[in-house]
Amino acid sequence: METTDKIYFYPLWLRIWHGFNALGILILILTGISMQSSMDTPIIGFNLAVNLHNIAGIAVILCYILFFTGNLITGNGKFYRIKKKGFFRNLIKQGSYYAWGMFHGENYPFPLSEKRKFNPLQKYSYVLVMYLAVPVVIVTGIALLFPELIIDKAWGISGVFMTAILHAAMGFFISIFLIIHLYIASVGKSPLENYKSIITGWHHI
Amino acid sequence: MLNLRVAAVNHLPLFVTIPLLTSRSFNCIVNSVYPLKMNYKSLLPLILLLSCTLWNADAQSYQDPQHHSCLKCHSNQSYSFKNEITGKMVKRLMNPYYILDTIAISAAVHKQFDCTDCHSGEYKAYPHKSELKLQPLSSCLDCHGGDASYAKYKFEEIEREFKKSVHYKVYGENFTCSKCHSQHTYVATARTSSNVLDIVDYNNKMCLSCHNDMKKYKLVSGHDNPKLIVIHDWLPNQELHFRHVRCIECHTEVKDSLMVSHNILSKDRAVKKCAECHSANSKLKASLYKYQNLQKRSENGTISSILTNSSYTIGTHQSPILKLVSILIFLALLSGIIIHSLFRIFKK
Repeated sequence: METTDKIYFYPLWLRIWHGFNALGILILILTGISMQSSMDTPIIGFNLAVNLHNIAGIAVILCYILFFTGNLITGNGKFYRIKKKGFFRNLIKQGSYYAWGMFHGENYPFPLSEKRKFNPLQKYSYVLVMYLAVPVVIVTGIALLFPELIIDKAWGISGVFMTAILHAAMGFFISIFLIIHLYIASVGKSPLENYKSIITGWHHI
Repeated sequence: MLNLRVAAVNHLPLFVTIPLLTSRSFNCIVNSVYPLKMNYKSLLPLILLLSCTLWNADAQSYQDPQHHSCLKCHSNQSYSFKNEITGKMVKRLMNPYYILDTIAISAAVHKQFDCTDCHSGEYKAYPHKSELKLQPLSSCLDCHGGDASYAKYKFEEIEREFKKSVHYKVYGENFTCSKCHSQHTYVATARTSSNVLDIVDYNNKMCLSCHNDMKKYKLVSGHDNPKLIVIHDWLPNQELHFRHVRCIECHTEVKDSLMVSHNILSKDRAVKKCAECHSANSKLKASLYKYQNLQKRSENGTISSILTNSSYTIGTHQSPILKLVSILIFLALLSGIIIHSLFRIFKK
């Protein structure tokens, strides 16, 4: 295989994780919206939505365990390490590239290499989603599966109420992330390039 | 406890009251109203009136079942009688459906009545004549219908609604009020309790007494009772729902003029959409939370805090502000992506 301008970015375990996680999250978002708006459509009946949401939720928990341990065992975890130095400057640099630079022929501010898999904006949004939003959604989701575990009241507000709010709010942010994730992925050498990479594992530099 | 009975009796019209006053409870009134040294002459007109009526001197308090002529057997597991044919005494087990909960009776809505106020007076003869069982009992409307003092309960409208219900369709006139509302032990919890969980628990037990009982369910429907946990499998947090809302919240048609609609719907017409309760205009406000005794709690902030923040809504939509924010974020994102894509297309 030609490797001059290609890097094997995404190992097999990561692609398997990504695929299952994507499928699970998609099902969760669709069934979640369907339940929240109480749509009882012939496509997703309410029973089906609840069952699918529960099953997909458990699947995503298993996926998360794979992601977490995979990042611990392999070297993949280092791509998620937060660097204090130039934290905001780098974020702004990448942001202004998307907003301005890319339309004015500027060079990519953080060329990807084997040492740098993600640009700063990408990295920190992944960190936020995978190490904050998803864990919160998992914990609140488990709590809502077993509501008897939830404390009855905290500061005069129902515990189930707060858990449900947190679960749905985090679910909403994950949905927002997904839309941005899918859109930004189309900003590549060609619009389909990045989608191909996550399937084959090879990334064009 | 006798005072309780007296207090209840005081609310009834005199023609009802007099036969109800037992000698025991009458003494109690006299002793409490008039001190012992009181000149009884002043009571003469009342005593005269009482002695002119056929008052039931045999009626005894439910508080003392051992000495109650009916309850001494009907609160027991066994009964004895003399078999006239063999001439021997026989001791038998009481039919469990004929054993009465005397504690429940003495707290129930009909506590001031004696057994023979509703059941035939011939039951006083023991052993009872077997054909007595075939005598029709009074229905609820025989007493409660067309009486202004019960108007607020709307018994007639309840009957009309009931006749539309799946219970009536399946079992017709045989489905009496007492199938759900035991005349012996019924308490109007929903009107009196300020604790939602108590109301829910009491009400759901009425449904479960048949729907969770193979024999009783089959008697009415002719087939086995479906397993409630299985058929409600689709319902998230089943246990939580069962403890906090009544079966009838989803299984009846809400009717504004009645506290509880008695039109129990067939299962395919039951509420299944979360948003019917879990939304800003929750159905629960028109059903469970329409009781004044519960609304009163809102003055203490308990219910209002639940209802005003629309806590029954699912997810972020429970809070109107979060709902608005989430819609705004979504629209901003969408327009951002559209503008960005347009730039990408035209700035190439």
